[in-house]
Amino acid sequence: MTKTLTPPRTVTYREALREALFEEMEADDRVIVMGEDVGKYGGAYAVSKGLLERFGDRRVIDTPMSEALIVGAALGAAAVGARPVAEIMYMDFVTLAMDQLVNQAAKLHFMFGGQLSAPMVVRVQQGVGRGAGSQHSQSLEAWFAHVPGLKVVAPSTPADAKGLLKSSIRDDDPVLFIEHKGLYARKGTDPGREHTVPIGVAEVKRSGVDVTVVAWSNMVHTALAAAELLAGDGTDVEVIDLRTIAPLDMQTVLASCRRTGRLLVAHEACVTGGLGAEIVAQVAEQLHGQLHAPARRIATPDVVLPANTTLERALVPDADAIASAIRDLVRS
Amino acid sequence: MSAPDPTTAAAAETETLSRLYRGLLRIRRAEEGILELLLKNKLSSTMCHVSIGQEAVAVGVCDALQPDDYVTSTHRGHGHFLARGGAMSALMAELMGREAGACRGRGSSMHLVDASIGHLGSNAIVGGHIPIATGAALWTALRGEQRVVAAFFGDGATSEGIFHESVNFAAVQRLPIVFVVENNHWAMSLPWAKATAQPSIEVKAEGYGIVGVDVDGQDVLAVRAAAREAVGRARRGEGPTLLGLSTYRFLGHSRADPSSYRDKAEEEQWRLRDPVVLTRNLLLARGLSEGWFDEVDRDVAAEIATAVEVAENSPPASLNEVFSDIYATPLEGTR
Repeated sequence: MTKTLTPPRTVTYREALREALFEEMEADDRVIVMGEDVGKYGGAYAVSKGLLERFGDRRVIDTPMSEALIVGAALGAAAVGARPVAEIMYMDFVTLAMDQLVNQAAKLHFMFGGQLSAPMVVRVQQGVGRGAGSQHSQSLEAWFAHVPGLKVVAPSTPADAKGLLKSSIRDDDPVLFIEHKGLYARKGTDPGREHTVPIGVAEVKRSGVDVTVVAWSNMVHTALAAAELLAGDGTDVEVIDLRTIAPLDMQTVLASCRRTGRLLVAHEACVTGGLGAEIVAQVAEQLHGQLHAPARRIATPDVVLPANTTLERALVPDADAIASAIRDLVRS
Repeated sequence: MSAPDPTTAAAAETETLSRLYRGLLRIRRAEEGILELLLKNKLSSTMCHVSIGQEAVAVGVCDALQPDDYVTSTHRGHGHFLARGGAMSALMAELMGREAGACRGRGSSMHLVDASIGHLGSNAIVGGHIPIATGAALWTALRGEQRVVAAFFGDGATSEGIFHESVNFAAVQRLPIVFVVENNHWAMSLPWAKATAQPSIEVKAEGYGIVGVDVDGQDVLAVRAAAREAVGRARRGEGPTLLGLSTYRFLGHSRADPSSYRDKAEEEQWRLRDPVVLTRNLLLARGLSEGWFDEVDRDVAAEIATAVEVAENSPPASLNEVFSDIYATPLEGTR
């Protein structure tokens, strides 16, 4: 290959996901896509556009509005040899499939003595940004981090979206793959064809020495913006993108906190029982006496999210709120 | 075609019936043995649901399947496991929490499995495995295989939303699946009449645009005949069947349940229709000797005794693996 001066190609988060599906379906005929409106419609957020035309209706299956069936049938197919990617349109609708995800998919491998496994992906999207309201905006990742047997990922960039989706499809366990409705149009570097990202490994997105901010999904970008706001004041913020929610990569988080002595976890999910509580607890348990300030969380308060973009914006932490929380931490 | 030789046909029927009887008796005696082990505190769990009275459902349906087919089962699944060909020792060792158990001692009574014979697991969430069976049927259909899935579940499961979602999807996709409604008329303490305003499985099936039948589940030959039709339909690509099999659990829901909610006269009526006794009578009428029955008794007793011995000699389930075997793909990233 000759070197060119062309800048690296960029892709959107949506395109990166679509490319991962295309590539994995081309490489492995056991990969099928199923869910509501995933075929001709192309998916509620247009991720699966073009798959039906390319792979046909035996591999891209439009289902009735039956979320439990979608997850359960994906699980049954997975148990006998398929590698299904099921789409649940909104995280909020996963509540309709809880038994299949929590009692069935998560348990299958261990409970049946290792005889069966569930190589399946359940793609969902969550989060605020569109005024989608109380039943279409919740961030529920912490629930699933509480269920051993599930793997849960929540990428923040196109490259991670592609790399983690490919890894999730190739993984032999059930993976809940959490997208964010505010990320689909976001552009980033195209990682190229054979790009995978390991499940269970966080990434330091920005190095810093004064404070560690842990975030995931869309909140990573808000945290990075907050870090830029503070750079001018001489506060050097380290931002960690968890990428995988379960199992947590606490080694990366703890190593960073040992260096900075300060932790802020920022998340879009409401504060009580959120993942921030777990991360703060583990850091408090393991780094007691080594921190310069108590570890903190910043999150959406415990409210029912309104379908009103003005109210929505007022409730979810933005870059200014995160920057302010960091200032408090650094001062203390 | 010339008429079959009546002597040969009768002999073949007797052979079938003998095989079915042996299957019924294996389940009956195994579960009686399990209850004894429970009383002696030899089981690893307190949860134990026996299917005494319902054996003809498991035996008749499984007899209609081929080796490559799949089954899924319920919390009351010892019979389905044995009838499908699961090893007696795997059952006993599982119940006793041993490494030689079907699930290596992790599942106990409500979770049995043997992937090598297409038994995709018995499930402790009522109706929870119906979409899983449907998904297995979906994959087998997409692959153009000739397999059929039989999903056993009780009358109680028909009240779950997932029953509707699964049957509806299987009907739309014309999947090769037989939904076996093992209707013992009591969802724990709730009678069938209070669970549904439409007791006929045949009529329920009409609403889904598929075939449904209501069959005497105590008559193992009737069960087998109806199952063979349903399995044949599925294998020919003619879609699913709702196979309604009317039966009765002779004992309580579990050991803790004296079934005080049931009318004793009703229980007595059903006990008159014990599938083991009914089948035995058919064979007696066909001239089988007491000696033959004694021999079957001895065979079954020996099989169970050997299985319990295998279980007792097997090491207990591993505690270490409770931590190491959560995932099929160990994490690269766990550090």
